[in-house]
Amino acid sequence: MKRRDFMQMSGMGLGALMLPNVPVIGNSVPVEHLLDPWMDAPVKKILSEIALNAAKSKGATYTDVRIGRYLQQYVFTREKQVQNIQNAESYGIGIRVIANGTWGFAATSDVTADGIAKCAATAVAIAKANSKFQKEPVVLAEQKGVGDKTWKTPIKKNAFEIPIQEKIDLLMNVNGAAMANGAGFVTSNLFFVNEQKYFASSDGSFIDQDVHRIWPTFTVTAIDKAAGKFKTRDAISSPMGMGFEYLDGLASEKIAGPNGLVGYRNSYDMVEDAIVAAKQAKEKMTAKSVLAGKYDLVLDPNHLGLTIHESVGHPTELDRVLGYEANYAGTSFATLDKWQAKNFNYGSKLVNIVADKTQAHTLGAVGYDDEGVPCKEWNIIKDGILVNYQATRDQVSILGEKESHGCCYADNWNSVQFQRMPNISLKAGTEKRSVLDMIKGVDKGIYIIGRGSYSIDQQRYNFQFGGQVFYEIKNGQIAGMLEDVAYQSNTQEFWNSCSQLCDKDDYRTFGSFFDGKGQPSQVSAVSHGSATTRFDAVNVINTGRKI
Amino acid sequence: MAIILSEAEAKALLQKVLAYSKADECEITLQGEQRGNIRYARNEVSTSGSLVNQNLAVKSSFGKKTGIATIDEFSDESFEKVVRRSEELAKLAPENPEFMSIIGPQKYLSSKGYFESTAAVNPDSRAAAVGKSLELSRAQNLTAAGFLENETGFSAMMNSKGLFAYYPSTSVNFSLTVRTPDGTGSGYVARGYSDFSKLDTAAATRIAIAKSKGSVGAKALEPGKYTVILEPTAAAVLLENIFFRMDARSADEGRSFLSKQGGTTKLGEKIVDERVNIYSDPLNPDLPASPYSGDGMPQKRMNWIEKGVVKNMYYNRYWAQKKGVEPVPFPNNMIMEGGTASLEDMIKSTKQGILVTKLWYIRTVDPQTLLLTGLTRDGTFYIENGKIKHPVKNFRFNESPVIMLNNLETLGKPERVVSTESERNYMIPPMKIREFTFSSLSDAV
Repeated sequence: MKRRDFMQMSGMGLGALMLPNVPVIGNSVPVEHLLDPWMDAPVKKILSEIALNAAKSKGATYTDVRIGRYLQQYVFTREKQVQNIQNAESYGIGIRVIANGTWGFAATSDVTADGIAKCAATAVAIAKANSKFQKEPVVLAEQKGVGDKTWKTPIKKNAFEIPIQEKIDLLMNVNGAAMANGAGFVTSNLFFVNEQKYFASSDGSFIDQDVHRIWPTFTVTAIDKAAGKFKTRDAISSPMGMGFEYLDGLASEKIAGPNGLVGYRNSYDMVEDAIVAAKQAKEKMTAKSVLAGKYDLVLDPNHLGLTIHESVGHPTELDRVLGYEANYAGTSFATLDKWQAKNFNYGSKLVNIVADKTQAHTLGAVGYDDEGVPCKEWNIIKDGILVNYQATRDQVSILGEKESHGCCYADNWNSVQFQRMPNISLKAGTEKRSVLDMIKGVDKGIYIIGRGSYSIDQQRYNFQFGGQVFYEIKNGQIAGMLEDVAYQSNTQEFWNSCSQLCDKDDYRTFGSFFDGKGQPSQVSAVSHGSATTRFDAVNVINTGRKI
Repeated sequence: MAIILSEAEAKALLQKVLAYSKADECEITLQGEQRGNIRYARNEVSTSGSLVNQNLAVKSSFGKKTGIATIDEFSDESFEKVVRRSEELAKLAPENPEFMSIIGPQKYLSSKGYFESTAAVNPDSRAAAVGKSLELSRAQNLTAAGFLENETGFSAMMNSKGLFAYYPSTSVNFSLTVRTPDGTGSGYVARGYSDFSKLDTAAATRIAIAKSKGSVGAKALEPGKYTVILEPTAAAVLLENIFFRMDARSADEGRSFLSKQGGTTKLGEKIVDERVNIYSDPLNPDLPASPYSGDGMPQKRMNWIEKGVVKNMYYNRYWAQKKGVEPVPFPNNMIMEGGTASLEDMIKSTKQGILVTKLWYIRTVDPQTLLLTGLTRDGTFYIENGKIKHPVKNFRFNESPVIMLNNLETLGKPERVVSTESERNYMIPPMKIREFTFSSLSDAV
């Protein structure tokens, strides 16, 4: 039985299908253990040098070593009860080598000199075995060793130091607030992740990083048993590269929207959102069913982030473009010839999309990627034109570049690192414009908030997105709630219909905490920033059915 | 110590761990697995790896307080430590209002899901299996990307009320996408077996190659309602959304497609065509499964939908007690009965229709109606007067599997398939469906 299946089955016993199917790695440990210090950097350096030397002696021409300790704390509740608390720890070493011009990888939890040397030898043996299938040797972009470096997510409150009881109290308050405001059911969850990872390479880099991520979320369900109807509304929080301070609910980080709606920037008020969610779920029960047709869409950053992720983030992954993901995630319409032409109109002139792993508070922010490349920001779409991709050290030469983009990531010490999406964000508009200003200019439109159903083809042309809350816009004003809304478009057509951007005061990040890719599948976490944005004449369908 | 333990070894180990328990009640689950994989793309091996994993989880309870602790390093010292840790966690835990005491000894069916042929797979036999596939695609100047993963494992459990269960199993999954060099054609195949000797990668590769070459030059058809023939791989990803959502508690709570006006459920009601029969059976020879569930409940043959009528829903032990019914565990496999028609027969009997070989990126649009969206992928063909006329461009669909099974025309012979969404294996027949809703076109190949 695969671990995933085991988790699904355990979930059945706990809360039927209401528990999200989330990957848990490692062993459950007592909560105090999550705060124990692990190995010091000097010890990790000694261990990594054992690996570097062992691999070299077996014939590796390049070696990198990741000594990682991965901590997770997940809290699941429904209504008045705690369903599950997961405290997990996983540690070990992953060794990647190039021998005979071919990659090899092996990993072990036996972090002793002997265990590490054996693991390094295995990695070299795998590389040599696989080299039989290799036609052209791996070419790595140059990366000078950076020596001893440290980097830490700039958190204010380490979530692992906050007592469990405080977390349970918060979720009970969230659930209580939702139930008091008309919810029939509520589930709420907290996810905390800490990656303590040490990277060393034969280039001479020794990098110690301490990465923190947080995601508070809930689902509120409104029920009308007599009518046999139910509606849900998920939290409009965002997963962040922050500590527990994200849950402070600072007034200064709230953005006032139309009709008393609130958006959250870098601080989230979970109880406040639960109250609004319960009311909105109830309102959805009697909302007007949308009339299918063309509408101008005003998309909130908490919704647009997923559209950016699917229609710009994934198609500009260079490994997909080249065909490495053809059997699972798919390939890409954004082929190299379109980039080489330097005139492929991915979007309208307003569309400027940047990739970065540096933006504060984001899920992608780290000092160095998992092959020791210092992180940076670069353009993917400039003034509507496709100008670049996301690449790793063994890929950038294809783009005629000499320096990696720093997009290499592995979700655990025992997974091999490969190209993963950095933060991909739409730049805010330069003209002063609020959401209210934007809505005033729309005659027939829909304002969409929150992440809903999503689906896109394997080359990222045709997509369909739902949302959490939909408001009809009539003659520049919000005219009430809509239901059964989903929009369908083609990526290039959609981004070319981008006609207006709100300014930086409205800019917020959306995040994906468990983005899957690869076979066997690995997860990664990534943020997508934007301000509220308008798209003209997009095809909206009605998703209401009777069974 | 070996990773894959025999029944006697597993029993001895569990007895040893259980002896450390001082809790009111204690239940221990034990798993071991050896997995190996090889991944290739652009006609070259891209990554390969192996994973050895063992895990022991101890659940201790004092009254209604429960704690769970796990280890993956096995030694006498760690066994005692993990039991103590689970007891400490239990003492700190809040009382669980839905606490259920563990169950006593059970009788389980004997299901054969372990095959030596699969347990013997090594890097060489994996590479050889993939080599046969690569040879064929390279010879025809086509581009292959594939993944082969084999697994040998066992699970066992024991508790302080005398329950003991043990089940060894093996599996191999192979999937392959073959594309034409210009990217205008793409074909897919996936195979899942318990017995590695049944896997013929060359035969499977020929199917993907044929679909890849056959899908070149696709013509656009107007979106709309069409008669479709869904190959089992395509049908599985729609039907599993029914399988996953047959939970009684959600239905009783009013938040399931099986909930009904007035607060009741559709249990006992006909919801789909009367030719639809869906059941689970751990003894199915083509799809053997563990004879017990995660909480030790025996799995037996269970009808879920019989002649179109909802016969059973899953009841966990807490919900069953609350509702005064027998618990019904979530099944370990799912089988849909079919007819005798072959895929060719079904095509021959179709005047106008579309053959769908694979669906992709399936997501729920509305959990109330089970409306799903997704797209066709890797080979979609137009059928006219009983023959495949030409490939067609891919469609996006918006359809509920409940509505779809009401629009059933014909069922073919079931075969074992791998879900391209969940990777679970099922027995599913090909099926002809009328008025399947395609809502837009996709340029993707």
